[in-house]
Amino acid sequence: MFENLSDKLDLLFKKLRGQGVMTEENIREALREVRLVLLEADVNFKVVRDFVEAVRSKAIGSQVLQSLAPGQQVIKIVHDELVSLMGGDEDNSLNLAVKPPVSIMLVGLQGSGKTTSCGKLARFLKGQKRRPLLVPADVYRPAAIEQLKTLGRQLALEVFESRADQDPVNICRDALRYAELSGFDTVIYDTAGRLQIDAPLMDELARIKAAIDPEEILLVADAMTGQEAVNVATGFNECLGLSGVVLTKLDGDARGGAALSIKAVTGKPIKFVGLGEKLDAFEVFHADRLVSRILGMGDMLTLIERAQSTIDLKESEKLQQKLKKNEFNLEDFKVQLQQIKKMGSLESIMGMIPGMGKMMKQMQGAQPSENEMKRIEAIIDSMTMAERRNHTIINGSRRLRIAKGSGTTVQEVNQLVKRFVEAQKVVRQLQKLGPKGMLKSMGRLGKGAMPF
Amino acid sequence: MVVSGKGFFRGIVDKITGTEAGNDGAVDERGKETAKPGFFERLKNGLSKTHETIVGKIDSLLLGKKKIDSATLEGLEEILISADIGVSTTMELIALLEQRLKRNELSDGETLKRALREEVLSRLSRESAPLDLDSAKPYVIMVIGVNGVGKTTTIGKLAGRYRSEGRDVLLVAGDTFRAAAAEQLEIWAERVGVDVVRHKDGADPSAVVFDGCRAALARNKDIVFVDTAGRLHTKVNLMEELKKMRRIMGREIPGAPHETLLILDASTGQNALSQARLFRDIAGVTGLAVTKLDGTAKGGILVAISSELKIPVRFIGVGEGIDDLREFDSEQFVDAIF
Repeated sequence: MFENLSDKLDLLFKKLRGQGVMTEENIREALREVRLVLLEADVNFKVVRDFVEAVRSKAIGSQVLQSLAPGQQVIKIVHDELVSLMGGDEDNSLNLAVKPPVSIMLVGLQGSGKTTSCGKLARFLKGQKRRPLLVPADVYRPAAIEQLKTLGRQLALEVFESRADQDPVNICRDALRYAELSGFDTVIYDTAGRLQIDAPLMDELARIKAAIDPEEILLVADAMTGQEAVNVATGFNECLGLSGVVLTKLDGDARGGAALSIKAVTGKPIKFVGLGEKLDAFEVFHADRLVSRILGMGDMLTLIERAQSTIDLKESEKLQQKLKKNEFNLEDFKVQLQQIKKMGSLESIMGMIPGMGKMMKQMQGAQPSENEMKRIEAIIDSMTMAERRNHTIINGSRRLRIAKGSGTTVQEVNQLVKRFVEAQKVVRQLQKLGPKGMLKSMGRLGKGAMPF
Repeated sequence: MVVSGKGFFRGIVDKITGTEAGNDGAVDERGKETAKPGFFERLKNGLSKTHETIVGKIDSLLLGKKKIDSATLEGLEEILISADIGVSTTMELIALLEQRLKRNELSDGETLKRALREEVLSRLSRESAPLDLDSAKPYVIMVIGVNGVGKTTTIGKLAGRYRSEGRDVLLVAGDTFRAAAAEQLEIWAERVGVDVVRHKDGADPSAVVFDGCRAALARNKDIVFVDTAGRLHTKVNLMEELKKMRRIMGREIPGAPHETLLILDASTGQNALSQARLFRDIAGVTGLAVTKLDGTAKGGILVAISSELKIPVRFIGVGEGIDDLREFDSEQFVDAIF
């Protein structure tokens, strides 16, 4: 695939370094690269054209000419322009401050992820102390209602009773009445997937809208959508008047340029992004992060935020204390593993670190899988407390017992102990270096020294 | 090139006769698959927007131009990219057209369009071949793809087709992850009247595959469809799971899976290339089915994939009905676009 934009531009500007002067000619070449990167990222070609024009007018001028690293400067302009095109810091929260029950309707093409997003949104709202009712109004796809019911069971949330032989408009109307009577404050409607040019089905959506008067109509769009995204968004927006967009399947390697096209042509904000199949893989949208992704620049912020929200402060303080006293033991090792696991799959974490995307491809196979993490946990769980506190007492017969207990082999136990000893060493070194040295030496860490 | 030459010729004949009936007849003559009347019509309707975006724009691009120059080709580049043909394939096409331009082969708009059609067709038809369902019994078809592309629906439709052709079909519900996926397959099985093998949600998909293979042998089935959970091609573990399922199939039924069908959503952009590439490398994709090709300006990605990855397109879906999923015919497709 394509390298990221910064690498390309760096290369391009290397040639210019000695000359010290940026001409319109040079910028044109740089903008061509920008244009290609955006097109490769599936941004609509019309949007790209307007955008490149905007960047050109900004780039030609003193800013770039005086800059020491013109490549970086161009990237910054592109980045900032993209962020502002995506709405920047614009408020993209749901409008929930109305008389309950608040109706939220999810619409979109087939297979864009509406039902899963309904579940995720319900879970998100439940976390905000709201009481959502899920309404399955997809009577066309086989087992779609069953799917939402299953999700409801997993989330311990009520799902409105509906059958595939009912009229979707009636289902929605009845559900709203039911929600009013039963004290639900939010109602989430899962509609059937449809093409924006399918007149009868679009009309059905319009009738549902008229029946329930929703506060929010969210278009669920697949991040992998190509040039078609513009037509889809325009079609749904013209028929229903969208209030926002949920961008799904962003956990793959799609750049998500479709989001840019949708925002540019409809002006509707992206409100949420779906980042995986599990119900907690759902986040509020941040323009700058998506822009970094489109440009292939990694997504550190999300990673940091996720780390902050999942890593238990008390636990990490305790760990700090232990580290100081050189008491890092296998039990702490396990706690650390669990915290990392809570942050999401290793792949998704790695993908967010700039430059790691490429590295991951090389490491394929070498990287520890989720299964391996599970095995490590099982091995530690099969140890006695004494063994966990002091790994040096683990002798041959203990190893055999641990292997049997965890359903692994002695070799695997050996490997874990070896890895742990190495991790301990690293931790000790980091401790000596202090927080500043930590980052530096992190960069030097080889695969073998990685604790997990 | 023989095939494309034929298409080129037919293209001219069609232009002269100007009838679509001629096209339908031609399909029947080939006898690959007796096209029910109207499928080409539907295909054409389905691709009408693609047709509009490509041909309509090319026409307006060429309007009033007596000569084709490099500026025209630049405009053409944009048109192709906007049909999701992809940057690299577009560049390749443009470069070829540029060469022809230099050789003075492109005198006007008509020759340009014809040259483009020829190039696209040769890319698509290089690899097209129908499935040879009689080559093995049971013939195992494993269906894979990212989430929400229409794997289960495609299986349902194909099972219905083969059932009505008198073949004994078994469906294996290998998607044990998504809520109600097995139920969805069961409903299809009931609808088209075929057997299904399933486990509980959350079961090991390889175990379902194992049972499915055993059942297929015991019940002497002709065709086995293995449904799998949608997975993004970047998830290493899930891709490993596919490998395992393949191993089990191959162990239980020699040669299985005989076909590994990757389902792609036609509205997918450049990511489809990445999907096809990774699924091919890891799960040995042998054919593509492109779904949801109806109604809108899309499908260009088909050209990009055939051109870059050389995986044959087996089926295309241009609508919701069972009959709307058909064997892919590169000439029909190109005729519908150009």
